Amino acid sequence: MKKYFSYFKAELMAGIQYRGAAISGLTTQFFWGIILIFVYKAFYDYTSIRSINYKELVSYVWLNQAFFCIIYINKTDSGITNAILDGTVAYELLRPYNVFTWWFSKLISKRYSMVILRCIPILIVSPIIWSPYNLSGPKSVASFLLFVLALFLGSIIVSLINVLIRSIAFYTHQDKGITSIITRVADFLSGFFLPIPLLPDLLIKITKYLPFRLIGDLPFRIYSGNINITTATYDITLQVIWIILLVIIGNIVLLNSLKKVSIQGG
Amino acid sequence: MSYINVKNLNKTFKVLQRDSGLKKAFRSLFKRDYKYINAVDNISFEIDEGEIVAYIGPNGAGKSTTIKMLTGILKPDSGEISVDGFNPFTDRKKYVKNIGVVFGQKSQLWWDLPVIESFLLLKDIYGLSDYEYNESFNQLKKLLDLENILSTPVRQLSLGTRMRCEIAASLLHNPKILFLDEPTIGLDAVSKVSVRKFIKEINKKRKVTIILTSHDMADIEALTNRLIVIGHGKKLYDGTLNGIKKKFTSNKKLEIIFDKLNDIPNIKNTKIIKKEKNRIILEVDTKEVSISSVVKKYTNECEIKDINVYDEDIDNIIVKLYQELNL
Repeated sequence: MKKYFSYFKAELMAGIQYRGAAISGLTTQFFWGIILIFVYKAFYDYTSIRSINYKELVSYVWLNQAFFCIIYINKTDSGITNAILDGTVAYELLRPYNVFTWWFSKLISKRYSMVILRCIPILIVSPIIWSPYNLSGPKSVASFLLFVLALFLGSIIVSLINVLIRSIAFYTHQDKGITSIITRVADFLSGFFLPIPLLPDLLIKITKYLPFRLIGDLPFRIYSGNINITTATYDITLQVIWIILLVIIGNIVLLNSLKKVSIQGG
Repeated sequence: MSYINVKNLNKTFKVLQRDSGLKKAFRSLFKRDYKYINAVDNISFEIDEGEIVAYIGPNGAGKSTTIKMLTGILKPDSGEISVDGFNPFTDRKKYVKNIGVVFGQKSQLWWDLPVIESFLLLKDIYGLSDYEYNESFNQLKKLLDLENILSTPVRQLSLGTRMRCEIAASLLHNPKILFLDEPTIGLDAVSKVSVRKFIKEINKKRKVTIILTSHDMADIEALTNRLIVIGHGKKLYDGTLNGIKKKFTSNKKLEIIFDKLNDIPNIKNTKIIKKEKNRIILEVDTKEVSISSVVKKYTNECEIKDINVYDEDIDNIIVKLYQELNL
């Protein structure tokens, strides 16, 4: 276990070095947050939406922007895919570790290293904007704690999905085709582009059977109280079940592709 | 039973074929043509503990494929590999603790991290104790002169320096076998010499078995005496470097230095490479004519001041070998 944690730490330190990328990312996030909030404002002024109120939605938007790098499925490090494509992956197979767990440590670490620099300024500034455009406090202490737990488990789910997608690159030898379609659809079904309460009923039903809504949508709605404590605990259990499933599926897929592996590039 | 045993090893790759042109490209969307290539074709050999063996062949001969099967990355289609009692592919996780690998064209260090961080990470990966790590690390640091570069991020190292770090990284966990796949590729003369010197030293000090591929014959001449040559996936030669030299060099270079040459004697099976005022260089086919008889004929024509005889360049020998074997 120690080796995976050391790797997590090392990648985290390496990721934090990139200040320039963090600042430009941060600016984009603020900008997007503000635009979305005004678009939704116009939207709410002329319709009546009951599934989520405006205040909850604004908090949702700010949290979405603050934790962008954790919850955006498509936002992954291309390092592993490149390693597969140029053959450097050979070294991964020469180490006494479980490749699946190793890649998982890398991807989750990348996400945290990116989010640490970006979330703090947003979490400081967005609460002090005037109401109703600000990030409100959590519904209760319990909902705050469950929010933290759910977000943590969500970061595990998204990283597991990423490793699974990367493992598929072993089969297809590249990640441009099928995998990029999967991630875009998954991002849509995760509530990343549009909060799930605003989706059509049919789509909401579909999201219930998929792990994607458990990444960001669930913790953000627990935070604002849009999902109550009882439902929250039920959904967090669901997160754990999905994690176990994804670990099992991912290991099987990777093990099978390793048997077929052909290392590229001499 | 030897330390490394390879028996009737085979590996075939499926390669997509597509001709140039838009029409053909469009056609390949629907119908794909594949070609099967026997990258490794029924290869067998044995290697003893502590040996340094060079594994050579032209590009695409199957060297790297063999190395990848020996290191457990690739699964052989058929045949047996046993290294120190392990089957590299099925016992991968246990087996890789015993081996160190350097692929000259790829990097095993973490691009963003300072060298020392990469080493500490490897310490955890291999589960080394502080004592084991320090002992190995200090030895490597001294031998490879790493002191001053330890805190530099890997991406800022020159190729030669990086290669020293790569080799150190592959030896930190004290492996019993070291695989070097073109370790001197792209290095300058000084770095090449120091890498060679180090490889020899580590083989002596730690009794590491070393399997090496290279296109640089000077590497092979400096490091090893045993040579395995493959081409088109087949083993073509297994023996000493001298053996191959004897087999393929009948030509020697003869340099004669004199004051004044009356007339150039016409001798069959010799070729004049260079002629200067008081020096002549000849290529002599020693199968047909002996060096001494050539010298004798020259003594008739001039007063010889000095004579030098050179073996043929090892690169030329290999070219001949490849030609003879139709590679």
